Amino acid sequence: MRPARLLAALVVLGWPIALSAATHGYPLLDADTDVSSLASLQRGARNVVNYCLGCHSARFMRYSQVATDLALTEEELRDNLMFTGMRVYDTMLTSMPPEQAREWFGNVPPDLSLIARSRGVDYVYTYLKSFYGDPSRPTGANNAVLANTVMPYVLAGLQGVQQPRYEEKPGSNGESVRHLAGLESGTPGELSAEEFDGFVRDTVTFLEYVSEPAKAQRRSLGVWVILYLLMFTAFTYFLKKEYWKDVK
Amino acid sequence: MSSNQSNTAGGGRLKSLGAWVDARFPMTALWKEHMSEYDAPKNFNFWYYFGSIAIFVLALQIFTGIFLTMSYKPSDIEAFGSVEYIMRDVEWGWLIRYLHSTGASAFFIVVYLHMFRALLYGSHRKPRELLWIFGVLIYLALMAEAFMGYLLPWGNMSYWGAQVIVSLFGTFPWIGDALVEWIRGDYYISDITLNRFFALHVVAVPLVLIFLVVAHILALHEVGSNNPDGIEIKKTKGPDGRPLDGVAMHPYYTVKDIYGLSIFLVLFAAVVFFAPELGGFFLEAANFEPANPLLTPEHIAPVWYFTPYYAMLRAVPAFAGTQVWGVLVMFSAILVLFFAPWLDRAPVKSIRYRGPIYKVALMLFAAAFIMLGYCGMKPAEQPFKAMSVIGTIYYFAFFLLMPWYSRIDSHKPVPSRVTS
Repeated sequence: MRPARLLAALVVLGWPIALSAATHGYPLLDADTDVSSLASLQRGARNVVNYCLGCHSARFMRYSQVATDLALTEEELRDNLMFTGMRVYDTMLTSMPPEQAREWFGNVPPDLSLIARSRGVDYVYTYLKSFYGDPSRPTGANNAVLANTVMPYVLAGLQGVQQPRYEEKPGSNGESVRHLAGLESGTPGELSAEEFDGFVRDTVTFLEYVSEPAKAQRRSLGVWVILYLLMFTAFTYFLKKEYWKDVK
Repeated sequence: MSSNQSNTAGGGRLKSLGAWVDARFPMTALWKEHMSEYDAPKNFNFWYYFGSIAIFVLALQIFTGIFLTMSYKPSDIEAFGSVEYIMRDVEWGWLIRYLHSTGASAFFIVVYLHMFRALLYGSHRKPRELLWIFGVLIYLALMAEAFMGYLLPWGNMSYWGAQVIVSLFGTFPWIGDALVEWIRGDYYISDITLNRFFALHVVAVPLVLIFLVVAHILALHEVGSNNPDGIEIKKTKGPDGRPLDGVAMHPYYTVKDIYGLSIFLVLFAAVVFFAPELGGFFLEAANFEPANPLLTPEHIAPVWYFTPYYAMLRAVPAFAGTQVWGVLVMFSAILVLFFAPWLDRAPVKSIRYRGPIYKVALMLFAAAFIMLGYCGMKPAEQPFKAMSVIGTIYYFAFFLLMPWYSRIDSHKPVPSRVTS
């Protein structure tokens, strides 16, 4: 994200960034993903299949494409990432019927095909890390990034249940207002804090890939295209110079 | 051409084919008139690359557009998915789509610089008024083309952007509601709207654009190009009857423009391959969600090239119970461009020989336009509202007070021959 934004600032005459995702004030963490890392993508694919596809779809993402891009054989694909009864050319659809989703959660969980582009990688990363226990919610959990989310605390087993830390701040009328200041680790989970960060990072890396499967190819090809164009520019410069040398 | 003996037979055959065509179509005559014997001033600088680059971008948009059309489905149910199909399943579809989406923004960058060049060197002044008018018409057609093209991906920003812009026409008294319904072809932005925008985007407006570009070039070659000194090279001709300060379009400016184009392509490829969204300026994040008539994006802002006018629209308060004044101001901002050649009363054309008033006024104009563009991306709150008002007033003052300040401004003597 960083180089893209820097380039944006330079090319568009130094205009400040205007269109960053609104987060209602909760600071986003840097997801620090690398879509060219096959290992991270493969771990992320497993995480998404095991923890996300129960409720969410990625309706534009084909299993066969995942296998090709993540260097998996058809057998590895079937054994690790696909549920029984699916064909390799199918897209990653959840088995949860939309009517049931509506009944349970109030709405259909958003499709994950483009979530990393529409919300941003940092948003998804921070969102997945910012659940906390909240007995006042039907799911028993809330989220610091997306307040009152209807998504359950799916990763509680891995992360442990985080607890909110509140601060008292003076409100507009001088009264004291309770304000979510941050999250603290509560009960321990299966993974250490560091392992959990890696888990979420891999998951978000895969979602970033899913939102634009050509991203890694785009970047690696781009280097060659630019190198070629720079050589071409040198060639056209000398051609121009040769023609113009007798124009006084 | 064929001095080599062994080539004579082939060259001869090619020549006779040329003669055959020339007897039936003015091929050689056109080539000479517009390329090999079209004399352009020899002192073109950086600002003169953008005309040929604009033609390149137009060709690129048409070429990539044809291939996108092969896989795109203009229906409210399929449109969003078909764009993702292009991005994922069509071979090199992502590249074609990014070339097209980046090309749209590049077109405006190039055209804005090309127009600014005219204001710098007085390229719109007599005898090039009609050339300028064709140019402003191209700019108008380009805005229509971009606006309708932006609906086609059927993302949520596509949908709500179109909703906002189309509803502007609803502010006209009496006819407003009927006009909006006529544009949409429905009571809301629907499948019908998408279909007609598709038809206009891929057939109607491109035809108009191509026609206008041809007219623009014919008008240019009729009067001859202006140059950074703002003097007419046709006034000083050599014994052969050709301008002393001119060089043939081909090969001199073809090789020079290819050089300029290759630098442009480096920058263009950098965006296409490394930042196709350009941090939200070229592709907005909210447009990666499908159109949802029930859910507005958090912050609706048009794409960057429209934001100066969007800021003007919002700068004007409602008055006498209607918002139509902002819409009128926005349209007038384009309309005033048509009159620019006659508003300028300075005896010299080029900024090189103009006085300090115009120099300062033009630089402030560029700053005001960029400031308006910035404000148009921001939410309608202070200080952006105040900045929009100042920018709008300045934009109109620049043009409408020009007859006065361009006359009282000082100017330097203009040389009879071009300087390098």
